[in-house]
Amino acid sequence: MSEVSQLIEALSVEEVDAIEAEITHLPDRESAAIEAMRIVQEKRGWISDESLRAIARLLGMPTEALDSIATFYNLIFRKPVGRHVLMLCDSVSCYVMGCDKVRTAVCDQLGVEMGETTPDGRFTLLPIVCLGACDRAPVMIIDEELITHLSADSIPDILSGFD
Amino acid sequence: MATIVVDGVEFEVDEGQNLLHACLSQGLELPYFCWHPSLGSVGACRQCAVIQYADADDTRGRLTMACMTPAKDGTRISIQTETAKQFRASVIEWLMENHPHDCPVCEEGGECHLQDMTVMTGHIQRRYRGRKRTFENQYLGPFLNHEMNRCITCYRCVRFYNDYAGGTDLQAFGSRDRMYFGRTTDGVLENEFSGNLIEVCPTGVFTDKPFSESYTRKWDLSSAPSICAGCAVGCNTFVSERYGRLKRVHNRYHGELNGYFLCDRGRFGAGFVNSTDRIEHVGERVEDDLFDVLDGEVGIAKLAEMIRQGDVVGIGSPRASLETNVALKTLVGEAQFCTGMSSAEESLVDLIIQTQRATSADIPSLSDVESADAVLILGEDVLNTAPRVALALRQTVRNRALNLAGEAGIPQWQDAGVSSHAQGRLNPLFIASVLPSGIDDIAADLAHDVPLNLADCGFAIAACIGEASGSEPGFVRKAAAALRSAQNPLIVSGTSTRTRAIVEAAGAVVAALESAGKVPRLLLVAPEANSFGSGLIGGGLDMNAALQRVASGSTKTLIVAENDIFRRAERERVEQALCTVENLVVLDSLDTPTASLASLVFPAATFAESTGTFVNYETRAQRFYCVFEPRNAIAPSWRWLAQAATDAGRDDLGWRHVDDVLEAVAASPNMAGVRAVAPDAGYLGSSLCKTPRETPRFSGRTAMNANVNIHEPKTSVDEETPLSFSMEGLNRDQPSALLPFVWAPGWNSNQSVFKFQQEIGGAAAGGDPGVRLLASGSIGTMPARSASVRSDGGGVDTGFRLIPVQAIFGSDELSSRSPPVVERSSAAFMIFSPMDAERLGAAQGMGVSCSVLGATFAVTVDAAMKSGYVGVSVGFTGAEGELPDGLIALAVDPNYRPTPNPHDRVIARG
Repeated sequence: MSEVSQLIEALSVEEVDAIEAEITHLPDRESAAIEAMRIVQEKRGWISDESLRAIARLLGMPTEALDSIATFYNLIFRKPVGRHVLMLCDSVSCYVMGCDKVRTAVCDQLGVEMGETTPDGRFTLLPIVCLGACDRAPVMIIDEELITHLSADSIPDILSGFD
Repeated sequence: MATIVVDGVEFEVDEGQNLLHACLSQGLELPYFCWHPSLGSVGACRQCAVIQYADADDTRGRLTMACMTPAKDGTRISIQTETAKQFRASVIEWLMENHPHDCPVCEEGGECHLQDMTVMTGHIQRRYRGRKRTFENQYLGPFLNHEMNRCITCYRCVRFYNDYAGGTDLQAFGSRDRMYFGRTTDGVLENEFSGNLIEVCPTGVFTDKPFSESYTRKWDLSSAPSICAGCAVGCNTFVSERYGRLKRVHNRYHGELNGYFLCDRGRFGAGFVNSTDRIEHVGERVEDDLFDVLDGEVGIAKLAEMIRQGDVVGIGSPRASLETNVALKTLVGEAQFCTGMSSAEESLVDLIIQTQRATSADIPSLSDVESADAVLILGEDVLNTAPRVALALRQTVRNRALNLAGEAGIPQWQDAGVSSHAQGRLNPLFIASVLPSGIDDIAADLAHDVPLNLADCGFAIAACIGEASGSEPGFVRKAAAALRSAQNPLIVSGTSTRTRAIVEAAGAVVAALESAGKVPRLLLVAPEANSFGSGLIGGGLDMNAALQRVASGSTKTLIVAENDIFRRAERERVEQALCTVENLVVLDSLDTPTASLASLVFPAATFAESTGTFVNYETRAQRFYCVFEPRNAIAPSWRWLAQAATDAGRDDLGWRHVDDVLEAVAASPNMAGVRAVAPDAGYLGSSLCKTPRETPRFSGRTAMNANVNIHEPKTSVDEETPLSFSMEGLNRDQPSALLPFVWAPGWNSNQSVFKFQQEIGGAAAGGDPGVRLLASGSIGTMPARSASVRSDGGGVDTGFRLIPVQAIFGSDELSSRSPPVVERSSAAFMIFSPMDAERLGAAQGMGVSCSVLGATFAVTVDAAMKSGYVGVSVGFTGAEGELPDGLIALAVDPNYRPTPNPHDRVIARG
């Protein structure tokens, strides 16, 4: 099996093409590491060991070095996540404005703890430090939608909008 | 020099340094974790915080990291002020938050930098009562334990392993307080210098696995300064013992050679000393494979009788000390003495010595290697034959960054600044080799070919240096241009392909550079710890001549000192000789094929149980001291020989002590320098002033043998060396050659090494050990290019031509009998070109049998291998000895089953 076809077994042709397109803008292949993982995660939701190895090969870097980058960033997922990723801010402003109560409400509503995924694969709950919306605290982000002025009471309504 | 003021006291310090370096140099106590003299500063741990004042009127000052602040003239700082002390105490408190406090069961306990720094900062009460983060540890192979919970995130491991040693499979993962240092998955750490993590890690994350299997605290170890027996570099080591067993090997700092680091062959290859294959008694063969144990005196009397009868030939060994070799040579006479190297190897070592003498180019120490700015490696696989040289070459190449930083005004110790400014720019390294090597990643250009063509490549480079013609292939032209434009060009070559023309070509390149007005350096590698010693001693017979003489029946007795002749010549030749001779006397430490054919066997002491001298590739003679007294009848080979000779009525071997033998060694040509190598037994004149091998806290002395005898045995008196087998004595101010371990008040770990240096990272206190036997400057004539016999490669129908391939783990005789090295090494292998493999019907994972070598080899396919040639793992089963010259028939072995790789075993997570 050729090297390219081995890669494509783990990555799709579209993914490889998109990563190669990124590389053309950069001084060397390794510099595309973060963007490459974003591209792969966009379709697959997370970066599996297999994807990691394939990306590392494509970029010509050790798997360890890529994993070091992957595990550093909290928005690159090295475990499968639910259909929706809910990230609740727990930094100072949101803490002052009562994010603890919001967290309890979310966890109660979904029956899982922070860092876990609901058994039906609907939500993954994660903490995040600051979404840049301190003036509207407490806040969370579900997928790419920022939700502000949270309260424990507003949670059931908000969550029902995501299935 | 700069004047800095520390807590109101003025100090003269080196202006190019940072404040941490400057303070430690002045003997001031300032705690640190992430800084390392060889790795520079990154300011990661925040432990070396001090208060810096703007001027004499500034009473408030500001907090600054000493390791990240230049020691400029007029700098005013305080280490002792309360704010600084409090800050440092809180740093250690948060570093210790997740630390498990498992010191009683941790191998680092008692020699832990984290313990020392914790005590130094005064953080003695734990306040944190929360849960600690915990990790799963990984299986990292036979050399290292992994205990991640102990980590304090100083990043030293990855900075050493990746940046300094070029490893790729150890990384920092995660962020915040969940940083993890390990591999992506469990598996063997692949880098050849992984063992240094034991000493680089400031706590017990990476610990010595073989040592922990039979563990002893540092304070209970008995140690002596030693020299690694693993290759011709001669790295300085501390070797430690308890209960008569070798426990571990640690780095002994040598400013010009090994610095702070050893290779894994050296660190883990000494396990053969504890082997169950040790010969421990004098034995007389009664029938095949059966020996009767003789009393030592009886054995000596029998050997004396053989000596009296005359017709004795002696074969020495490049893995034995100068003392043993000279003893045997004196006993049998020069004309009857063979150095013990194979004929091919001996002629190469002679050629190397002749070349080094003829050229005015210096033989570089490893610190000289690091200062080169363009390097050509010609045909030598240094990573596998002299591994520490390869680690030095990594620094040679990286040091481009230091030059660039100097031009940009960035301090040399500013590690992150220096490397990001360099943007990956390296000093040029050109590698011409048979196969890809482990340092190809730092090469500017590579050429792969069969040995004689590599030699041609070398001669072409030499020619190209002389004339500015432009018709050569790219590699030759580029290498010549780089060497010609360098300030400090370096040529590295050696014996590993057994090709004279390669060494001659290296000499030609050096000569061409000299003609071009350059001052090049020439590093030529030979395989064993004392290859150069053997070469300088010389003998009247080369191996083939010696074996022929013995096989002709004119020799009554053959004495072999610490040598397995089957590794030195082709099998039939050896068998013929050893089976013809009436008396075969073998002195050796391990049971070998040669020893098992002997009529009389004497148990020889290893480097750990005897005192002696090795000569390294620089022709630097260095002393290893006896670490512990050998068990049973084991004694140094020279002693057996001297006693038997004296018994036989000879009056010229009446040596009682190793120093007497050394006098005889010093009387030999080229050897006058050996007296000054290290202190002799009379050092300081009094038995009360001997250097103790045991630490001041040595425990259990009265009880450690209580299972045998409840009375404390009398401490043995060491008449051989300036060291004592006790805690008593004077352990201060001795030269580094006599330093048994490093330990300083408040500094229990090996980080105390800076207390034993003239300056941090400079020469060892009392001077770097060893004496070079060959003076620099040209004597004699450069060997001319010999007419090499061109022989083409073969093929499937005609047979293949074999090329020796070296392996760090497995090619060396003694270390390949150390259990962790055995576990780390592969099966015997052969390397084919893809075309030959296909024609032969072989593929990776299959086996090929070779009837000439009488063994089966695992198949490896490498696109760089030239068709018609096959690389063979020398030193491995089937390829222990000299490889045959002709074309060799190979066939796929249908019954071959790859030995299960111990690395693939089910992993017990610990």
